[in-house]
Amino acid sequence: MKQFLILGAGTAGTMLVNRLVRKLDKKEWKITVVEKEQNHYYQPGFLFVPFGVYQPRDTYKPNRKYIPAGVEFINSEINTIDPDKNRVTLEKDNQVIQYDYLVIATGATVRPAETEGLLDGGWRKNIFDFYTPDGSTALGKFLQTWKGGRLVVNIAEMPIKCPVAPLEFIFLADWFFTKKGMREKVELVYATPLPGAFTKPKASAMLGSLMEKKNIMVEPDFAISGVDAGKNVIQSYDGREIGYDLLVSTPVNMGAPVIERSGIGDDLNFVPTDKFTLQSKSWQNVFVLGDASNIPASKAGAVAHFSVGVALENILAHIEGKEMPGKFDGHANCFIETGFNKASLIDFNYDVEPLPGTYPLPVLGPMKLLGESVINHWGKLGFRYMYWEILMRGWGVPLPEKLSMTGKKLD
Amino acid sequence: MADVLATVKFDAEGYMEDASAWNEKVAEAIAVREGLKLTDRHWVVIKYCRDTFTKTGEAPTLRNITKNTDVQTKELYELFPGGPGKMAAKVSGLKKPTGCL
Repeated sequence: MKQFLILGAGTAGTMLVNRLVRKLDKKEWKITVVEKEQNHYYQPGFLFVPFGVYQPRDTYKPNRKYIPAGVEFINSEINTIDPDKNRVTLEKDNQVIQYDYLVIATGATVRPAETEGLLDGGWRKNIFDFYTPDGSTALGKFLQTWKGGRLVVNIAEMPIKCPVAPLEFIFLADWFFTKKGMREKVELVYATPLPGAFTKPKASAMLGSLMEKKNIMVEPDFAISGVDAGKNVIQSYDGREIGYDLLVSTPVNMGAPVIERSGIGDDLNFVPTDKFTLQSKSWQNVFVLGDASNIPASKAGAVAHFSVGVALENILAHIEGKEMPGKFDGHANCFIETGFNKASLIDFNYDVEPLPGTYPLPVLGPMKLLGESVINHWGKLGFRYMYWEILMRGWGVPLPEKLSMTGKKLD
Repeated sequence: MADVLATVKFDAEGYMEDASAWNEKVAEAIAVREGLKLTDRHWVVIKYCRDTFTKTGEAPTLRNITKNTDVQTKELYELFPGGPGKMAAKVSGLKKPTGCL
C-alpha cells in the first residue's frame, strides 16, 4: 500500500481529501488526514459574531463529519515534518508516518505576540481580534455594552487571511452603531500599512470613496511599531501615534509553528511553493495548499477552492509520472460586506485587478462587481450553506476555476 | 550625476527595468533623486537587497532584512523614510516589491 498524507483538515485539506478519495485506487492507496482541532471552523463567520449576526455556535462543526469514509483521520498535533526522509511525526503516541505523497494544508494563524505591547494590559479588555473564535466572541460581548469613543481598526502587517475582512469589519461597525442609534458617539479610524483602503488601484478607489461616504477616517502607510496599553495609543515606525478607546487588531499572520520547527518555511513560516503548479519548491512529492503556502495570492477560502482542482490534477499526473497540466492563475473572489444589508464583490487573479461589472454573467449578473448590492449580501450569507454542504463535500460549483473576463468592464 | 542615469531605463514609478544595469554609482544617483544621502548603514541594507535578489530573484521583505542584518525596523524607517521596502528596492535597482493580496 502507498501512503497519501494530508496535514490539516481546514478549508483546503477538507476539499482536497473529498475529491482525492474518488480518484485514488483504494486497493493501492491509504489516505490519512492529520488535524489538531476537533472542530472545523467556518472562518468567514467570525466577522459576523461581534455584531450578533451569527452566534459563536454557528461557526463550527465537528471535523470528522467532513472526512469521507475510507480515510484514516488522526486527531493530533504534528511534531515535525521531514520531507528529506518522507516522514512526519505526530504528538499522539509519538506516531511516525512514512508517506509517498504529502499535502501540507496547515493554514495560518494570528500572532499578537509579534507586535510589541499588543498582549500587555489591554488584550481582551479594550483590544480584540476577530480572527479567532475566542476573540470574536469576546469582542461581541464588549460591543453589547460599549458606550462609544474612538474605534481603531489596525492591520499589523501583510499578508493577512481574508485581506478584505478588516474593511468589512469597519463597514459593519458603521452599520451596527447606526442601528443602535449611537453612530455619532463613535469615531471610526482605519489604520493600515497599505497606501490606501486596498492594494489594487480600482478597488482601492471604490472602497476609499465608500470610507469617505461612511465617515470613516483612513490612516494609510501606518506600519505599527507597538501598542502602549497604558496610554491607549498605537505607534508607527515613522513616529505617528493614534489614540484609541477600542482597538480591533488584525495581528501578524504566520504559518503553523510545525513549519518553523521543521525548518521548511520562510520568515513568516509559509512554505515556498510554485505559484502555478502548487508543488513545493524543494520536494517533488510535496504539494502545499491554502494559507500554508507562500504563493502571492490572497490567503482566502476562495483561493483555496480555486486552487484545489489544479493541485489535484497535478498530483494525479505526477503520481503517474506525467507532466503536470494544471496552472493556477491566482484566482480569488470575495464578497465585501459594506453594511446595511449590502455587499460588494471582487474577482481577480495574479494579473487582473478587481474590475467593475457583473458576475458571473454579463449584464444579468446577478452579482455586481465593485458595486454595492443587496443580492451580493444574500450571496455572502447564503455562502455558509454552500461552504458546508457543497464545497466541504468536495462537489464542484458551477463557476469557472480560472478567472473569466466575461461581464467585466475595462475602461 | 545625471549622466550616470542617462542610459538607465526606469518604469513609470521610478524602479529600474533591468536590475543587471545597476552599480554603486547608479545607486548613489537614484538616492540623490529620491532625496537620500547614502551612509554605511544604507549600504548594509542595499547590499543585503542585492544579495537576496541574486539568490531568489526578488527583493527581500522588511522582516527578512531585519532578521538577517543588524538593521532593525525603526532604523530602516529612518534610513528610507516613507516606506523602506519600496525605497530600498528602488535604490538597489530592483522592481517594486509585490503587494501581498
